[in-house]
Amino acid sequence: MDVVTRLLAGDHRALARAISLVEAGDPGSRVILRQVYPHTGRAQIVGVTGAPGTGKSTLVSALAREFRRRDRTVGIVAVDPSSPFTGGALLGDRIRMQELAGDPGAFIRSMASRGHLGGLAQATGDVLKLFDAAGFSLVIVETVGAGQSEVEVAGAAHTTIVVETPGMGDDIQAIKAGILEIADILVVNKADLPGADRRASQLEAMLHMGEYPDGWRPPVLSTVAARSEGLSALADTIAEHWTFLGAAGRLEAFRRRQAEQEFEAALREEAMRVVRERVLDPARHAALVDRICGRELDPYSAASKVLAGLRG
Amino acid sequence: MDKIRVLVAKPGLDGHDRGAKVVARTLRDAGMEVIYTGLQQTPEMVVEAALQEDVDVIGLSILSGAHMTLLPRICELLRQRGGEDILVVAGGIIPDEDIEALRAAGVTAIYGPGTPSSEYIAFIQEHVRRA
Repeated sequence: MDVVTRLLAGDHRALARAISLVEAGDPGSRVILRQVYPHTGRAQIVGVTGAPGTGKSTLVSALAREFRRRDRTVGIVAVDPSSPFTGGALLGDRIRMQELAGDPGAFIRSMASRGHLGGLAQATGDVLKLFDAAGFSLVIVETVGAGQSEVEVAGAAHTTIVVETPGMGDDIQAIKAGILEIADILVVNKADLPGADRRASQLEAMLHMGEYPDGWRPPVLSTVAARSEGLSALADTIAEHWTFLGAAGRLEAFRRRQAEQEFEAALREEAMRVVRERVLDPARHAALVDRICGRELDPYSAASKVLAGLRG
Repeated sequence: MDKIRVLVAKPGLDGHDRGAKVVARTLRDAGMEVIYTGLQQTPEMVVEAALQEDVDVIGLSILSGAHMTLLPRICELLRQRGGEDILVVAGGIIPDEDIEALRAAGVTAIYGPGTPSSEYIAFIQEHVRRA
């Protein structure tokens, strides 16, 4: 397929088109992913997550510029939420990344979550593969403004950065499960605001209580992304983490976990598609929902009925 | 799920973007995915963003009077870079007497102040589907 050949040669327009096809679930996208997959596994993926308003996009932009200075090519995928009511979205991350405009070594793509929970969009994993195959040496994926449970990015990225700002809570907040656990690096951004030192200390105290059997204790860094302060140290720390992963088979372990997750997700999607195609057209679907609603049938029995049709 | 993706940008030196933000919001509420790039966009920035984001539509807002320079330049760059299938619409302060020249340059529709959102939303939905 021509778009794949051009994508693999580094053509940005082909990459953009391929992303659209994959995002739309176009039938041709399966072919694209199949052809592209053997060319993946080289790019370093960095995830950036944190609550809304913590400065993720500004940080991502400054970080990308720092890596561009270090001669890396950088792809950026920025996810924003879709409206649960209208299905539309306002993708407002790119606007924070104006300084990357005109740089042929950078490529920014905005994605709407399209109802997917967890922090990313359903197609984000596949889109990262496209960036990888297109030859970007570093790909930064920025999640939606996340709460405590949007931990999906940890599975998609080699290095996960959790961004906080001063005033975001106390020591009890710092030990709650969820998003803070997935951090490989913690960043206190907007560190020029009051309370920055206290927040960093709370996070350090939380980390001090933990155990790190694999040997990586997440560092706490301070940045002022809007002034590009602290970005060099952050880029150095990301490089250190990459080196750390490169040892003792950790990268292989990560790749295996990822392959498991991707296989699971693909299997589920394919299974549902086959079920819908073979034994559950919309009319039958609606009829069964009616029966469940009217309490003639429970959901599990309905599901069994449908699957029995496959076995027969 | 075929979502319509729209780039909303203000090329040139305008300082007021309330109108563009309102339009962006109406498009979002109509179920579209809006990439809002805001103020001080050069034609090159607009085209680069449109191509990277593979948008269906570019909506440009100009209040400054520089539309006869900026809009044809954007359309020309799009043609050069293979983006001629992207629908270009414009709004803001654009005198009637310039509309014909702009349409000839590649701006498909121009909406003045006070245009109801239903009008440009319907136009976009109809045009993108046909394309």
